[in-house]
Amino acid sequence: MSDPGPHDLGVAALGRALAARELSSVEVTSHLLDRFVGHERLGAALSIDREGALAQAADADRRRGTGAAGPLLGIPIAHKDIFVTRAHPTTAGSSMLAGYRSPFDATVVERLAEAGTVTLGKLNCDEFAMGSSTENSAFHLTRNPWDESRVPGGSSGGSAAAVAARLLPAATGTDTGGSIRQPASFCGITGIKPTYGVCSRYGMIAFASSLDQAGVLARSAEDCALVLGAMSGFDPRDSTSAERPAQDFHAELAKGRAGASAAKPLQGLRIGLPKEFFPAALAGDVEAALRAALAEMARLGATLVDVELPRTELSIPVYYLIAPAEASSNLSRFDGVRYGHRAEHYEDLQSMYRASRSEGFGAEVKRRIMIGTYVLSHGYYDAYYLQAQKLRRMIADDFQACFQRCDVIAGPVAPTVAWPLGAQSDDPVANYLADIFTLPASLAGLPGMSIPAGFGAAGMPVGLQLVGNYFAEGTLLHAAHAFQGATDWHTRTPPLAEPRR
Amino acid sequence: MALTPFDVRRIAELARLDLGADEQARMLDQLNAFFRIVEQMSAVETSGVEPLYTPLAAVQEAHLRLRPDEVTEVVDRDANQQSAPATRDGLYLVPKVIE
Amino acid sequence: MNGAPGRAAALMRGFEVVIGIETHAQLSTLSKIFSGASTAFGAAPNTQASPVDLALPGTLPVANGGAVERAIRFGLAVGATIAPVSIFARKNYFYPDLPKGYQISQYETPVVQGGAVEFFVGDVPHRVNLTRAHLEEDAGKSLHGVGREGEAGAGAPLDFQGDWTAIDLNRAGTPLLEIVTEPDMRSSAEAVEYARALHTLVVWLGICDGNMQEGSFRCDANVSVRRPGAPFGTRREIKNLNSFRFMQQAIDYEVQWQIDLIEDGGSVRQATVLFDAEHGETRAMRSKEDAHDYRYFPDPDLPPLAIDAEWIERVRAAMPELPRDRARRFQSQYSLSAYDATAMTPSLRTADYFESVAAASHEPKLAANWIMGEVTRRLNAAGSDDIAIAPATLAALIARVADRTISNAAAKQLFDALWDGEGSDVDALIDSRGLRQMRDAGALERIVDEVIAANKKSVDEFLAGKERAFNALVGQAMKASGGKADPGEVGALLRKKLG
Repeated sequence: MSDPGPHDLGVAALGRALAARELSSVEVTSHLLDRFVGHERLGAALSIDREGALAQAADADRRRGTGAAGPLLGIPIAHKDIFVTRAHPTTAGSSMLAGYRSPFDATVVERLAEAGTVTLGKLNCDEFAMGSSTENSAFHLTRNPWDESRVPGGSSGGSAAAVAARLLPAATGTDTGGSIRQPASFCGITGIKPTYGVCSRYGMIAFASSLDQAGVLARSAEDCALVLGAMSGFDPRDSTSAERPAQDFHAELAKGRAGASAAKPLQGLRIGLPKEFFPAALAGDVEAALRAALAEMARLGATLVDVELPRTELSIPVYYLIAPAEASSNLSRFDGVRYGHRAEHYEDLQSMYRASRSEGFGAEVKRRIMIGTYVLSHGYYDAYYLQAQKLRRMIADDFQACFQRCDVIAGPVAPTVAWPLGAQSDDPVANYLADIFTLPASLAGLPGMSIPAGFGAAGMPVGLQLVGNYFAEGTLLHAAHAFQGATDWHTRTPPLAEPRR
Repeated sequence: MALTPFDVRRIAELARLDLGADEQARMLDQLNAFFRIVEQMSAVETSGVEPLYTPLAAVQEAHLRLRPDEVTEVVDRDANQQSAPATRDGLYLVPKVIE
Repeated sequence: MNGAPGRAAALMRGFEVVIGIETHAQLSTLSKIFSGASTAFGAAPNTQASPVDLALPGTLPVANGGAVERAIRFGLAVGATIAPVSIFARKNYFYPDLPKGYQISQYETPVVQGGAVEFFVGDVPHRVNLTRAHLEEDAGKSLHGVGREGEAGAGAPLDFQGDWTAIDLNRAGTPLLEIVTEPDMRSSAEAVEYARALHTLVVWLGICDGNMQEGSFRCDANVSVRRPGAPFGTRREIKNLNSFRFMQQAIDYEVQWQIDLIEDGGSVRQATVLFDAEHGETRAMRSKEDAHDYRYFPDPDLPPLAIDAEWIERVRAAMPELPRDRARRFQSQYSLSAYDATAMTPSLRTADYFESVAAASHEPKLAANWIMGEVTRRLNAAGSDDIAIAPATLAALIARVADRTISNAAAKQLFDALWDGEGSDVDALIDSRGLRQMRDAGALERIVDEVIAANKKSVDEFLAGKERAFNALVGQAMKASGGKADPGEVGALLRKKLG
């Protein structure tokens, strides 16, 4: 067990401590930088900029000294390496972008910097966000802090591991088919993917444009609310950005529900449980943990309602046709001409393209490019791509039917707890099937959260997924916050082997 | 709809990917395993359904936002080219293209 | 097949020639269609290529309302339907001047649908129907034949032995309007006149600067031949024609080439061809068969483009009077012939100039003549379109010709003087150069009598039927008057006196 220290403080608590001058940003930043070094074995980071971070921290302390304030001022964070940053290389977890330096910062990065956060560096992820275990990173593995022989989940595995191991109070992530929710579940932390359009995609290296969303991984709903509030809001540089201003999600947490009381903060909240989310294939340990968590929700005043999402299984082929199709096009820009990997040996332009792309991309990325190219190609578009987009509409409509009868939908994040490293790397299709619970909300563009709800097999964390209607992040955060006010799953920390001092 | 080795070669060419013989064979198997899952999707009746190309359209009619016609970019060529593999005098170099 | 007037075109060696044209017009916006970088021509390489234009990781397109407005203007001008909702789609292919590996274009639902362009070939009116016009982004530029010598960038391990192509992406992202015709044209002359009329129109509307040398207006011609009554033949596409002269040559060559092939028993295979101006030939490009699987799909980064009726009405209200309408008005208001009216509307500038001169001088026919004649001559010589004489000044000159103060010959002299900036007061110049025609009828008659008396030989020859002798007499009279006589009056007097 580690000595108690600043690393135990979440975003909200750390913000209060900094504001009270109990410690400085330089102190906490320096402490966390040391922890990254001490826990290098976890493989959470791809690059850490020690000097830059300490300079930012010193600047935050200086600004505080002259009267600047704010809940995120001086708070250390790091970014999933899908967000471009000027101050660090951006690789997207791929050899294709080894050493790449962006001349601009992602909007989300800019906004968090403006809010006063201190960026330590970039976090590991599956290559181009394609994967569910971070094993597809071209650089190294990331290990689950709860059991270093297991995956942290993906694609935001580095972000989840860093937060779970208390190397950071919060990290940014991206979620296209579950890449925030699933690693949050596997690592026992809280994660939120907001409604499509709430966070700007400008500066987020594109995987699947109609599905990608930026979000937060932290150790509580309150912390997520603080960080999401600074990240979100309309960006004129992103044509798919929702024309809504940034929201103060944290302030909304304090507001009670109509008819609620201290004992029953979730009074009146209807939680829908789709029967398709509790199939036979759901591992017994996971189901047990979730049922207990849902019972707790009911004790807090919520009503559990049976609902249906009949096309849940279809979301797998629908997602795995649409996402690769968009990805195959988004990744065409990686051609070795203007940036990124260019092969050393080539005879002409076409061989330069082929060699650069074949050397730069890993196996999963190539597989998805192939699928995507195929489904868009002449003769197959109607049967595959168009059909998938129509089913996507039907899946979105199914959710709307549910939301006539409930306020949030709850269920598992994944069918099992985190699996051992290497166990599923040869079976891409098995990996795809495990996404069944997170894909539907992604296809519809709905907001989703994963909150720690207990433990399952081998003592591994189990996350409860909450899905809300469009722009109902506030409802999700509130429900999660209330649950976390009455339970302590989210405060559990992994028994990390602390390095000797 | 099973793919053939010819399909794999054709798609790889379209995507500018070089796949070795082993890779092609593995890819063929993996793609076919994947497309077996896809089959269930093909059977579903969807006539009359509008495709949902972006979730924005699920909420309401999403329309393209237009910006005014103004020059707003000051281009920093050096910064933009700091990761370029081959340049000369600000131009990107590629092997000569034959028309 | 259409019922447009002037359709009976001549066959070429027994074949009907079928031509369709696709034109890419660069829209005259200040910034690019999907980024805020400048579109100004001639900047140093890649200094007008923003991160979005370079397709740097994480960049996204944001659409330029000015490009859409120009498309609407075009659609209204050709009588097309403006789509209330249209979709941007990705056209996927690999090329070094295409940074994203796809071009943002429009596929199934373009912004402009239908429409037509009317024009003359000689004095035969023609009408070409448009299939569509859509918005898309231009690619960058490739500069070939860049040798190996010189630095190629630090850290690039290059053992490549060949030559380079250099890529400049300043042009990448410039808005284009792609205008596609039905295969309505039946001769190279018709194709060229269509292209000219379209060129005039887009410049007139202020949506394109029409500078073909700079690549603002590029045409591809789809050409096929068929026996009359047969279905359409296979067409070949001649790409990147950037002059009307080359367009005519290229189409003519291609037609002969296709007919030769067919008569030799061969059949035309679909191909993209380039025109080699040096040799006057079209040649097929090296084509990759599957280069044409563009895998179009709606661009998920760009929601559908909506154009409401209010916007269309605002654009309609701000439209200038269109060239055809203005020509028709010139015919009715100023009694110009159809030919002259068309000649007065090749550009907004010319039309405005004509109208100013005609109104000030009250001599529209003369105004048209002078513009078609002397003004055009000086503009061609200077290679510019700056008319160096103010409309009021030309009107004054014309008025003096009309009221016979000066002869035509004198007027031409004065015209040059005015153009060259030697003065701007017509009457003052007439006086300072002594160009007033003789108006004294009595003095003129005396001169004519003297000439008749002094040139008996010419008189006899004229009376014997030699018209040339008459001119000699006129010449003598002009000389005797010091060039100030009105030759028309001299001639009339001579004829009267000689019977």
